Amino acid sequence: MNMRVIDTKFRLVGTRPNRPDGLDKVTGRARYGADFSLPGMLWGAVVRSPHAHARILKIDASEALALDGVKAVVTRADFPTGLTGEDWNLQENTMAGDVALYDGHAVAAVAAASALLAQDAARRIKVEYEVLPHVIDVDDAIKPGAPAIRPGSGDHSVPPQEGVHPDMVRHNVVRNIEFGHGDVEEGFAQADLVMERTYKTEATHQGYIEPHACVGQMGEDGKGEMWVCTQGQWFIRRMCAAVLGTDAAQLRVTPSEIGGGFGGKTTIFMEPLALALSRKAGGRPVKIVMSRSEVLRATGPTASASMDVKIGMKKDGAMTAARAEFRMQGGAFPGAPVDLALYCAFAAYKIPAVEHVGYDVLANRPKCAAYRAPGAPMGAFAVESLIDDMCRELGLDPIEARLKNAVREGDKSSYGPTFGKIGLVETLEAVRKHPNYSAPLGPNQGRGVATGYWFNHGGETSVSLAISEDGTAQVSIGTPDIGGTRSSIGLMVAETLGIPYENVRVNVVETGALGVNEPTHGSRATFASGKAAVIAAQQAIGEMCKRAAGEWGIDPEAVEWYDGAARPAGSNAGKFPPMTIVEIARKMGSTGGPISGHHESVPDGVGNSFGTHVVDVEVDPETGRTTVLRYLVAQDAGRAIHPSYVEGQFQGGAAQGIGWALNEEYVYGSDGRLQNSVFLDYRVPVASDLPPIDTIIVEVPNPGHPYGVRGVGETGITPPLPAIANAIAAATGVRLRHLPMTPPKVLAAIKARADG
Amino acid sequence: MSKIHVTTIINGDMAEFLADPRETLLDCLRDHLGRTGSKEGCGTGDCGACSVTLDGVLVCSCLVLGVEVEGHRIETIEGMANGSELHPLQRKFIEHAALQCGFCTPGILVAAKALLERNPDPAEEEVRYWLAGNLCRCTGYTKIVDAVMDAAAEMRGAA
Repeated sequence: MNMRVIDTKFRLVGTRPNRPDGLDKVTGRARYGADFSLPGMLWGAVVRSPHAHARILKIDASEALALDGVKAVVTRADFPTGLTGEDWNLQENTMAGDVALYDGHAVAAVAAASALLAQDAARRIKVEYEVLPHVIDVDDAIKPGAPAIRPGSGDHSVPPQEGVHPDMVRHNVVRNIEFGHGDVEEGFAQADLVMERTYKTEATHQGYIEPHACVGQMGEDGKGEMWVCTQGQWFIRRMCAAVLGTDAAQLRVTPSEIGGGFGGKTTIFMEPLALALSRKAGGRPVKIVMSRSEVLRATGPTASASMDVKIGMKKDGAMTAARAEFRMQGGAFPGAPVDLALYCAFAAYKIPAVEHVGYDVLANRPKCAAYRAPGAPMGAFAVESLIDDMCRELGLDPIEARLKNAVREGDKSSYGPTFGKIGLVETLEAVRKHPNYSAPLGPNQGRGVATGYWFNHGGETSVSLAISEDGTAQVSIGTPDIGGTRSSIGLMVAETLGIPYENVRVNVVETGALGVNEPTHGSRATFASGKAAVIAAQQAIGEMCKRAAGEWGIDPEAVEWYDGAARPAGSNAGKFPPMTIVEIARKMGSTGGPISGHHESVPDGVGNSFGTHVVDVEVDPETGRTTVLRYLVAQDAGRAIHPSYVEGQFQGGAAQGIGWALNEEYVYGSDGRLQNSVFLDYRVPVASDLPPIDTIIVEVPNPGHPYGVRGVGETGITPPLPAIANAIAAATGVRLRHLPMTPPKVLAAIKARADG
Repeated sequence: MSKIHVTTIINGDMAEFLADPRETLLDCLRDHLGRTGSKEGCGTGDCGACSVTLDGVLVCSCLVLGVEVEGHRIETIEGMANGSELHPLQRKFIEHAALQCGFCTPGILVAAKALLERNPDPAEEEVRYWLAGNLCRCTGYTKIVDAVMDAAAEMRGAA
């Protein structure tokens, strides 16, 4: 059986059929996290710290427990002790121990007969605090005198700071990273222009519209079930089991439909609390639904960053050396994505000498979670803004300058690995030819260009496929469908089997149905689950060829699969009419039993994805308000299985990046409390803020995937931050180096220049 | 707190429920009446995921108390299709891939239907401003606006 799928004309791959879950999602039938209920269910509510940093002196739940219908209260005392490493971090974040580490940190939880009663009971749980000094900003957290957030957790391999940050204190620095190659000083000496600048970005939230929600049930025997909106049911299972001290296999986790995640639903927040409450309430199921305010205060926003970048450039644009030092806080826990930010910072460019330094810093904020290409947008903001300034200084076209330095197949990347087939040059050339790049600009208008990069992740993957008695196919995947995965996988399986798209049903299944799957993260679902599904389909094809061979009395090797049917591979094999999948499936009970395919692996052959964005803005000189006039995304998709959902990823990433660039930020008061914990104040882009977002799907197939797929989910949020900063600089002549570029900040910069 | 008996008409059918006076219409739809198509994204009237019409007026059901709907008519996403025949907006949303996660979709469909009832031929800018009260974090709105414009054209017979 030979199949060649690369570089052939496809019947289905690349078409745009309706998604199979579309009907449920336009009629309100689709069941999301909060839509699930069970008989005898209780409702949970969480008591949260109002302080950024406070010792918990006493928790008195007697008044709450005295209310009729209140069934259980849990505190940290109900959780096992002795956890270490990230398990301890997860437990500590789920429920504070001796010290509340941020505004919104859970300190107790209660289960009661109704949601209102649970909220009433939560208000009657009295917590006494001793308020401690706190620190919010990443640069403040490393200054002398900054309060130690987790005494003793500092990374003492961090060398004493000489030169760059002589005042840096180490007790809040939990990780130090350094890597690079070449002699940067020599590189800077060879440059015609060397520039060094400092940039800052504020924490933002993924802003998925669906708040976290779950129903958890657990008995005294440690057996439990959970229904939850999550990007990864196995991650939920492992993390909950670790935090509660139970066995992972005893917990069965079923993912609901998911109302957005963007990385924020790859981990646990209140899920273990539902299970702990259920266990204490005699095994009655407990539902917990977060409010929006809880989502913003107490789930996982991205890190905030303070970054120094230095680049050397020749007059012709060739970069000779580059250095980046990034400081990021990811809340009161280790894990700011400073490593990933550094890996991506110079990944688009072939630079003889690069040096990277990173510090992961603690602050009194919620534990950061992944947010779409974690870290990369911040790094891109710093690097691509500086490149833009240098191009202006040297009078270079920003696309020409990027092409001059762009990495190509075979180049060693700034972070180590050698690139295989990549499509960066193609994205740069594509935007140059697009009409947006030559659209005329009026007064107060400017154009910005930026490039971005993100990896693809393979990850543990397990997929099963079964042929039904009527020749249709069901596919069981473990990666929740956030934006059309069922479609893309259905298309690839139908293409491979040679059957109609409508004859494949793709189900997202619970933890009991497959081996471990990593979440839908790392731009991996269409790549990894898709690749495994194709291999599973090929296995089923092999078996179907065998059944046909048996019927015909010929060697299975002499049978090939073509257009949904088995047929003799050549005239020597014998003369038999093709045997269709329907005929084979109908008889499978008497020819050897069920026909299925299964594949599990950590798929190799992962690609990566470069993108280039071009944006035109107009800045109102009276108010400083920026209006986005045109927006263009060009990104390498390898091959677009369902182009509409690829475009959707490009457009959605751009929109989130526009919000991050212009408006979104976590605003803290001097008391360390989050000031903007509702959508009115944490304002994400609305329809009237944005123009249509134009897209170019560049297709440089990934040789590591049977259909050439590259993951496309994350790269799109990487270029918008610098692209917009560059456009504002072009429109106004002022350079903003601190996000978000709100009207007051832009206006102040314009005024400062006029006054200066 | 004692509950109050409420009688209302939802999607053309009479419905009765007992509401705590503190419960929103959204709570009552979801928790007492099993209509979970309307979603809570914020609870403060900022995201529009809970959009319904109350006597034909577009409202956020999280900003209406359950006890306020006594004697009024409510239309929700569950009543948008005519039996098994989808409303053109629903069909166009699927065709244009105007949903990714789909969580904001019910509210946006209800809001868009209310727009097209007022103005069957809106300009793109009017669609964008009308839907400014409905947050979508996945799509960047481009395909949503395309789907609404296309549905409007079809409903006018201009497609």
